Amino acid sequence: MSDRIFGGIGLILALFYGWQAAIIQESFLTDTVGPKMFPFIIAAMMGLSSVYFLLKPDPEPHWPRAGRLAEIGLAALVLAAYAELLPVAGFLISTAIAAAYLTWRLGSGLIESLIIGVGTSVGIYVIFRLVLGLSLARGPFGF
Amino acid sequence: MELLSSLADGFAVALTWQNIGLALLGCFLGTIMGALPGLGPSNGVAILIPLAFTLGLGATPSLILLTSVYYGAMYGGRISSILLNIPGDEPAMMTCLDGYPMAQQGRAGEALALSGVASFVGAFFATWGLVFLAPQLVKVALLFGPAEYFALFALAFATLGGISSTNQAKSAFAAALGLGLAMIGVDTQTGVPRFTFGEVHLYDGIDFLVAIVGLFALSEVFIFLEHRGTDRDISDKPRMKIGKIIPSWKLIRYCTPTMLRTTGLGFLAGVLPGAGASLGSFISYSMEKRLVDRKGTFGKGDPRGVAAPEAGNNAAAGGALVPMLALGVPGSGTTAVLLAVLLALNITPGPLLFSQNPDVVWGLIAALFIGNIMLLAMNIPMVGLFTRVLMVPPRILMPIVAMVSFVGIYGISGSSFDLLVMVGFGVMGWVLRKLDVPLVPVILGTLLGNEMEVNFRRAVNISNGDYWTLVGSPLAITLWAIAIAGFVLPILVGGVIRKRMRMPKDNEGAVTD
Repeated sequence: MSDRIFGGIGLILALFYGWQAAIIQESFLTDTVGPKMFPFIIAAMMGLSSVYFLLKPDPEPHWPRAGRLAEIGLAALVLAAYAELLPVAGFLISTAIAAAYLTWRLGSGLIESLIIGVGTSVGIYVIFRLVLGLSLARGPFGF
Repeated sequence: MELLSSLADGFAVALTWQNIGLALLGCFLGTIMGALPGLGPSNGVAILIPLAFTLGLGATPSLILLTSVYYGAMYGGRISSILLNIPGDEPAMMTCLDGYPMAQQGRAGEALALSGVASFVGAFFATWGLVFLAPQLVKVALLFGPAEYFALFALAFATLGGISSTNQAKSAFAAALGLGLAMIGVDTQTGVPRFTFGEVHLYDGIDFLVAIVGLFALSEVFIFLEHRGTDRDISDKPRMKIGKIIPSWKLIRYCTPTMLRTTGLGFLAGVLPGAGASLGSFISYSMEKRLVDRKGTFGKGDPRGVAAPEAGNNAAAGGALVPMLALGVPGSGTTAVLLAVLLALNITPGPLLFSQNPDVVWGLIAALFIGNIMLLAMNIPMVGLFTRVLMVPPRILMPIVAMVSFVGIYGISGSSFDLLVMVGFGVMGWVLRKLDVPLVPVILGTLLGNEMEVNFRRAVNISNGDYWTLVGSPLAITLWAIAIAGFVLPILVGGVIRKRMRMPKDNEGAVTD
């Protein structure tokens, strides 16, 4: 079933891609092939393979239970929030929070997670900012 | 002789303190990354590219650092195969078969030392192979026009799934996805925006480094979250006693014929498109088993069963660099990632690389020789240190991997938008891996997409819109024929090979070479 759903999504994606390719605004200066042809070929390839998944799906993969799925979704959200937080709160604080969250979800104890989070953040800061001189995100406090 | 003088020039480039230091660092990090299950050569190199880039390293030093990581990871994979019976990366899968039984018999140190020597033999001779074969291939490649290049790219995609691929339609889908992503941004030839939906951030296209780090490194974090507390959690496996780690001459002599034979075989597997290091170690092991296993000791801790796959996979790693350097078309995951390094540094890979940037090519090759000797030195006396690294539990390691990935990408662009795109790729990578869709064609598509389109359009433009020009020369037809054969063959014979390779294997095909 998963493969069928995947094939369906792939087919929609291919059609959408083809449609987006068709509405590309061509400039008056164009070569004989133009900017649309290659995307059309790609859309066709994607569509054909999607049809294949619809017709001949592989055996069902082993999906995690709903709880674990939520876990992965939440981790992705935390990482996205981290990306947004970086320029606002600075590297040290946001990284400590994100790393603590990840290690907690991967099975560290609560207190231990906080220590690992801060340790990871400070460790990366020392190696990459102080030793190697890379520019990391600066927050209101300058770190 | 000309080759040898080029090589000597290469040594002159490589033998600076900075480059030697980088090679040492790369070998060390690579061995650790190879040894840790969950971090293989491709994601190890992927995490480090943005860093090398933001540190402002030049082309040769960056390549030296990253290929040392590549070679190092090939060495390191065996450590966890032998001690934990879990391959540290996919090519080290076959080493489990005899390595772990040897460790159980209390001969772990011997197995580690022998496999270290075998890795050295494989990698050393393969690097010589690279020296001699790559310039020959360059001569052929200089005959290529745009139509032939287009066919060559198609060949790379068609064979990338490899002989052991499960579902060719999924490889095709992955390739289309990657190529499709590459099209995003302003068209290089006519200047019109494509698939940007008016979003200014997308006008430059999607940075392939963002895609690579997201797909390889972040998706690994999600896989670990998924498997926490299950039997794939290695944190609570029993530790092995190592024993003595100096290999006896007798043992090495006993295994020498095996090592030499499998080096040749592995190198070939590496050069050929669609084979790669995993298949190299697999055929090496199977061939040796056929040839020398008269008493049925293979699989029960035969030292030759440790030497064969290790020499094979390290030779294949060297072999895989041949098409990457000479043609600009990688045949495996990690070489695809290495290609990204070249592209990120604005160096056009392919035959012209040898004439335009000989310092880069020969400096790199010389660094490989140096790195190899360092790796041998590191891997025999210091193997105890690396086994201690295996004790770092994933719950600490994986957050570090994630955070370092963010640091690298943020260092390049300094924009949150790219980080969000990277998280998106991480999730996509996880879903694709669950669905058994290979990630390497996606990467290769984003890397080569524009180049492939340029050649396609150039070929057709030259012939005034005649599409038949794409199959207009014998060379192009040959390339297309190989491409089609490479795509169809796995469907016909793949099942048999897959069944045999399946024995010790992780399901997600996580850490490819």
